[in-house]
Amino acid sequence: MTSGLLASTVPNVTDGWTLLTIAGLTVITVLTRSFFFISQRDFKLPRWAEQGLHYAPIAALAAVIVPELVMSQGQLISTLQDTRIYGAIAGTAVFFWRKSTLGCIIAGMAVYLPLHIGWGW
Amino acid sequence: MPQQAAALQPAAPQTTQPAAQPTAQPATASALWRHPEALLGLRDMATVAIGIGAWGMMTGVAMVNAGMSTVEALAMTFFVYAGSAQLAATPLIMAGAPMWVILATALCVNLRFVVFSVHMRAYMLHFPLWRRLVAGYLTADLNYVFFVRRHPTPSADPAVLRAQQAYWLGGCSANWSTWMLCSVIGVALANFIPVAWGLGFAGILALLGVALSLLKTRLQSVAALIAGAAAVAAFALPLRLNILVAIAVAVVVCVPLAAVRKARMQSSQRTEQEAS
Repeated sequence: MTSGLLASTVPNVTDGWTLLTIAGLTVITVLTRSFFFISQRDFKLPRWAEQGLHYAPIAALAAVIVPELVMSQGQLISTLQDTRIYGAIAGTAVFFWRKSTLGCIIAGMAVYLPLHIGWGW
Repeated sequence: MPQQAAALQPAAPQTTQPAAQPTAQPATASALWRHPEALLGLRDMATVAIGIGAWGMMTGVAMVNAGMSTVEALAMTFFVYAGSAQLAATPLIMAGAPMWVILATALCVNLRFVVFSVHMRAYMLHFPLWRRLVAGYLTADLNYVFFVRRHPTPSADPAVLRAQQAYWLGGCSANWSTWMLCSVIGVALANFIPVAWGLGFAGILALLGVALSLLKTRLQSVAALIAGAAAVAAFALPLRLNILVAIAVAVVVCVPLAAVRKARMQSSQRTEQEAS
């Protein structure tokens, strides 16, 4: 399989094998996102699992977000000079003040970008 | 195509169907767009569009910077439509990894969608298979989160189903077009937007804002803290399985806690009644 090498040394060469992989990835997206409603056959969720669904969305989001805030290169950060923390704090504060997700994004980026690009944190 | 067939039919009022009826006649897209819920779905998604856009753009930049051709990066964007799976698969593709490794990685990164699909099942079963698959394909993280926040209980009532479909259509259209537009911009301008600027952080902030808006009960906050800590602790697991572990730990801790709290509340109500 020289496809990877070719693509990285010769820019903009499209590779059939890669396109086939992309087709496979598309099938994965469809199958995982519809997994439990592909079949219409009767199936009753156990009660604990049904109650667990109260917590699944928030748990999934927290599991994606928290490592992105406090880890870098697979390690828990050990410095407070990480602008992501201050961006997240600013975003959280503005969210509770204005009850606005957009406010959270804008305030977070307003703190994050100057520290990150200007200060190099 | 079934969509055209449905469009040709006059918009007859839906007759009430028995709950046992497995499939409902899907409403046409244009009829759904006239429903007020469609606008609401669009508006809800618009509050996080800036974050989705920045994240999509950085995904486009990352794919091109990893060495993908323009055609490959665009095919990835338009067909795969799953940002985190794309980011995980890109370096593997460029390194020439075996296809099964790439697909297995994407599968694991996407496992959280399987959990979401359990939840969406009761909303989806009313529709024919092709429509369920298309709906599943288009339901990204935030579409799911917003949908179950707006419509917490599934229903077989045709009017409610119609409202749910309209809300879903509005949200998915907004998410899809924002993501696609910005990903294409990222692919086109990859050489001018350094990844080091960290514009992708806006995507994390969007998820953060949505997560905060989901916190309704104290136990949900507990679930968030537990899942966050578990995701960090299990980060070394391969294929981002830490996310699945975090969901499992949060559910295993919070479901019994909820049962204990409920029992305690009932017993305290009983003692109050006895006292009065």
